[in-house]
Amino acid sequence: MKPVKIKTPLTKQAVAFLRAGDEVLLSGTIFTARDIAHKRLHDMIAKGHPIPLKLTDAVIYYAGPAPARPGRAIGSCGPTTSSRMDSFTPELLRLGLGGMIGKGGRSPEVRAAIKKYRRIYFIAIGGIGALLAERVISAKPVLFSDLGPEAIYKMEVVDFPIIVGIDSKGNDIYDQARRKKK
Amino acid sequence: MREINVSKIKDAVAELCLKANFELRRDVLKSLKTAVAKEKNPRAKNILKAIIDNARLARTKRIAICQDTGMVIVHLEIGQNVALRGGALKGAVNAGVAEAYRKGYLRKSIVSGALFRENTKTNTPAVIYVDIVDGNNVKISVSPKGFGSENKSAIKMFKPTDSADEIKEFVIDVVKKAGPDACPPMVLGIGMGGTFERCAYLAKKALLRPVGKRSRQRHIARLETELERAINSLGIGPMGLGGKTTVLGVNVLEEPTHIAGLPVAVNVSCHATRSAEKTL
Repeated sequence: MKPVKIKTPLTKQAVAFLRAGDEVLLSGTIFTARDIAHKRLHDMIAKGHPIPLKLTDAVIYYAGPAPARPGRAIGSCGPTTSSRMDSFTPELLRLGLGGMIGKGGRSPEVRAAIKKYRRIYFIAIGGIGALLAERVISAKPVLFSDLGPEAIYKMEVVDFPIIVGIDSKGNDIYDQARRKKK
Repeated sequence: MREINVSKIKDAVAELCLKANFELRRDVLKSLKTAVAKEKNPRAKNILKAIIDNARLARTKRIAICQDTGMVIVHLEIGQNVALRGGALKGAVNAGVAEAYRKGYLRKSIVSGALFRENTKTNTPAVIYVDIVDGNNVKISVSPKGFGSENKSAIKMFKPTDSADEIKEFVIDVVKKAGPDACPPMVLGIGMGGTFERCAYLAKKALLRPVGKRSRQRHIARLETELERAINSLGIGPMGLGGKTTVLGVNVLEEPTHIAGLPVAVNVSCHATRSAEKTL
C-alpha cells in the first residue's frame, strides 16, 4: 500500500480518515520533547502558567536528537520509548495537541484520550536515526535549551516516514499485531 | 615489563567510541541480512531493510546509527606484565569518551546522578570494568548502550532447584515485557551464576560475543538455540509489529555460583547492538 502524504498542522479533520497500520509521510513542523521537557510543561500547566509553545494541532516527536555536524540540519534522530510520556499525554491532548510520534505501545489512558479528543499517535521505526535525519531539513532548539539533547527542538520535516499506531477511533496497531498472531 | 602510556588508551577509546557508533558490527549486520531473507511478513521485511539501509548510511556519512549513542561501557583486559604510565587510567578512558562524543557529534546522554540529573555534557563518566589477565597486552572493548533496551533488562535470583524450563520462562517473559519498546529484533545477553552483581556483568559481557556464535559449552549452546526458537515463535517481530524476527541472537555466559543460589540476568539489547575492540 502506498503511504499517505499529510501535512501539519494536524487538525482533527486531517487525521480522521487515517487508520491504525496506515503508512504516512508527514511534512511540516514538529516539536521534539521527551521526559524532562514533558515534566516541565506539566509543572507549568499545574501552576497555571502559560505554556510557551502553541500546542493546538501541533505534533510532538518523542526524540532527543544527536547534534548536527556542520552543514547538516541535525544528527541521528530516531524516536524514543513513548510509554515514558504516558502520564503526561492526556493533559496535552486536552489542551489541543494534534498528535505524537514515538515508538512502542501506549497506556489504556492515552488510548482513551486519543479517542476522546479524536487525535492520533504515530510510530516511527526505532534505531534508524541516521535514515530519519535525512528527512529533517531544519532544526533549532526553541525551549528549555539548558537541557541539551532534551531541549524542545522545532523541526521542519519532509516526507517523514511513520505508521499510524493509534488512530482517532482508538484502534491500536499492537492489538492488531497480537490478534493476527492468534 | 611492557610500558604503555595511558594516552594510547585514551586515543584507542576515542577511536572505538566513534567506530562503534558509526559502524554496525559485522555479525549483527549479517544476522539482519539473514533475517530479511527468512522473513515472510512484508512489513517486518521492510523494517529490517530500513535498519540495514540505516547502517549503510551511518557508516558512509558518519552519522550515529541511533540517536541514543548510549552510556559507554569500557571493558579493559590488562596484562599483568603491563605498567601503565603517564597518568590515571580512568581519567584517560573518560577523556577518550569525551573527545569522541565532542568530535563525532554524538549525543551526550549522561546525567550526574540518578536523582540529581544534570547533564555532564561530555557523555562521561563511562562505566569501566578492569580485568587483570596474563600477558603484556591491553585489550579494550567499547560498547555504547542505549537505554530504550537497557530499561527492559531484568535480574532474578532463582532457587538452586529451579529448572532450566523455569529460567527459560523468565527470559521469555522479559522479552514479552520489552515488547516493541526495546527496538526488536533484539540481542539478549544472559548471565547465569556468580553473585547478584557478577551475573548482571556477565549478561552485559555476553553481548560482546558475535551474534550467531554459540557458547563452547554444549548445554549452554543448546539453551541458546532453544531460547532463540521459542522467542522467535512469539510473533513480536521487528518493532513489535509481527514477524518471526524477535531476536537476532541469544548469548549466554555461565560461571560458578553458590550452592544456595542461581542468579540469572537478562540484558536486553536493541538491533543496534554496538561494540568495537582493539588490542594494544
